[in-house]
Amino acid sequence: MAKQEKSLYIEDNKFRYTLREMKKNVGVYGLIAPYFVLFLIFMIIPVCISLPMGFTNFNMAQFPRWVGLSNFYSLFLEDEVFLKAIENTLVFAVVTGPISYILCFILAWLINELPGPMKTVFTFVFYAPTLAGNIYTTWQLIFSGDTYGIMNAYLINLGIAKGAIQWLTDANYIMGVLIVVQLWMALGAGFLAIRAGLQGIPRDRYEAGAIEGIKNRGQELIYVTIPAMGPQLMFAAVMQITSSFTAGDIGRMLTAFPTTDYAGHTIMTHAYDYGSIRYEMGYSSAICFVLFAVMLIANWAIKKLLGKYLD
Amino acid sequence: MRPKKSRKKYGGSRGGDIAIFILLVLLGLFMLFPIYLSAIQSIKPSEELFLFPPKLYAMAPTNQNYVDLINTASNMWVPFSRYIFNSVFVAIVVTVAQLIFSSSAAYALAKVQFPGRKMLNKIIEITLLFTSTVLYIMQYIVMATMGIIDTYLAITLPYIATSMGLFLMRQFIGQLPDALIEAAYLDGAGQVRICWQIVMPNVKPAWLTLMIFAFNGAWQITGYSFIYNEALKPIPTVLQQISASGIARAGVAAAATVVLMIPPMLIFLLCQSSVVETMAQSGLKD
Repeated sequence: MAKQEKSLYIEDNKFRYTLREMKKNVGVYGLIAPYFVLFLIFMIIPVCISLPMGFTNFNMAQFPRWVGLSNFYSLFLEDEVFLKAIENTLVFAVVTGPISYILCFILAWLINELPGPMKTVFTFVFYAPTLAGNIYTTWQLIFSGDTYGIMNAYLINLGIAKGAIQWLTDANYIMGVLIVVQLWMALGAGFLAIRAGLQGIPRDRYEAGAIEGIKNRGQELIYVTIPAMGPQLMFAAVMQITSSFTAGDIGRMLTAFPTTDYAGHTIMTHAYDYGSIRYEMGYSSAICFVLFAVMLIANWAIKKLLGKYLD
Repeated sequence: MRPKKSRKKYGGSRGGDIAIFILLVLLGLFMLFPIYLSAIQSIKPSEELFLFPPKLYAMAPTNQNYVDLINTASNMWVPFSRYIFNSVFVAIVVTVAQLIFSSSAAYALAKVQFPGRKMLNKIIEITLLFTSTVLYIMQYIVMATMGIIDTYLAITLPYIATSMGLFLMRQFIGQLPDALIEAAYLDGAGQVRICWQIVMPNVKPAWLTLMIFAFNGAWQITGYSFIYNEALKPIPTVLQQISASGIARAGVAAAATVVLMIPPMLIFLLCQSSVVETMAQSGLKD
């Protein structure tokens, strides 16, 4: 008798549970619908049509014709500039990616050590390049190849340089200049997310840390701060990957296009060259496809690496 | 319990504070230098723009470039106030919609078990890494099919659902303890109420940060390929048209750059100072 009562009770509960789950899910689908409808229309559908374009000869004038892997054969076997672009992109990403990521975190943390209003001021100072947008003309002024260039004028006046250095057209300097400008702009979304994350660490964590015998900033950073920042550090990592792999584009704005001897040519500028100048959209899509693949691999590797420490 | 010191935190010494301050000031000067230079260029009279050696300050500062900018702007076929309205309208719509839509979707993806959740999370992470030169063409095709090219919809709708906004909110909401949500749920609160009354107040730094990203992004929308009607163009497009007319306009271009910087900077200061004020008091996190 008692057994039967119990099973009835469970049955009833299960039914209620299912109803409740459904009711719960109705609300959830309502919550995600506005976002995902827009996301589907303006992101997923365009992405799904553009991915296969790399396998066609799409040129904006005729209907795209399927050409199989021929774009990719040309890229890797015939296009020497593309191989140069891959090399530059990797150099650029390997240098700017880790440096900018570490800067994002260290600077956000140092700012967090300051008293209240100073935090806002310094966050503003370091995020200002992102807010200022495209002030490439000012960078051109700084690195201008004639003696009107600020860099040149000062180097000559101080006797360091003998004559004007062609910062933006000498193949030896282009990559260096691009890296400096990229690092200047690198404290973007990842940096702000880390700042916000630091701001959200509850004060009692620090109090508990102090009670457990934390003596200095370094210990506090390792035992209290970093363990509380996993999701923000992951966000920043993904952001820095995307910006360091795609930002080769600043070369196009800053220097002549294409750069001397393709010294600053990256996968992004190569795609721009074929897409927006030669209108060989199929080939350009194939280039972007390769970049996408490289970024997926980088993302996977970084997640593996960070996942070890953060989870 | 130790008595509380006046410092907010426990680690670190006064000397360390000063060292950090000096380091940040030095790095900060490097960050600000190009922006300072842009501002200085905009108040130099044109004969000073091409001096040798170039000066890092204006010898005879002038507002001539700004006056020229205003004159050019007020002699346009479409009244300039219309462009200002376009930009402000687009920025507000995109920012507000992005905040509401991505926050609610992020809550669902971070905290609620429902069929399809895993797949949607994966899609967001993958699209974050996707860049393509043909994407805007495909967006154009989609919008042309919908018949929204050359309307306000073309410069608002595509910019609302960004993978980055959702990803940011999801990372922050994921940190909240499940117990907080379960408690509200047992009290009979629906998902929508939990999202807005329980979750959002606890991730204030996150959505204030998203607000900065969203506004900054929306302010830079140019609508080059989607808007042809002069009366619908936003300010950045128009200022670029004004300043793209040769060396004689170098000063005006500098003035335009400075003017364009101001609104995102104001929004930033407003949001960031509130972020700094939110110092989480209790242990809400896992």
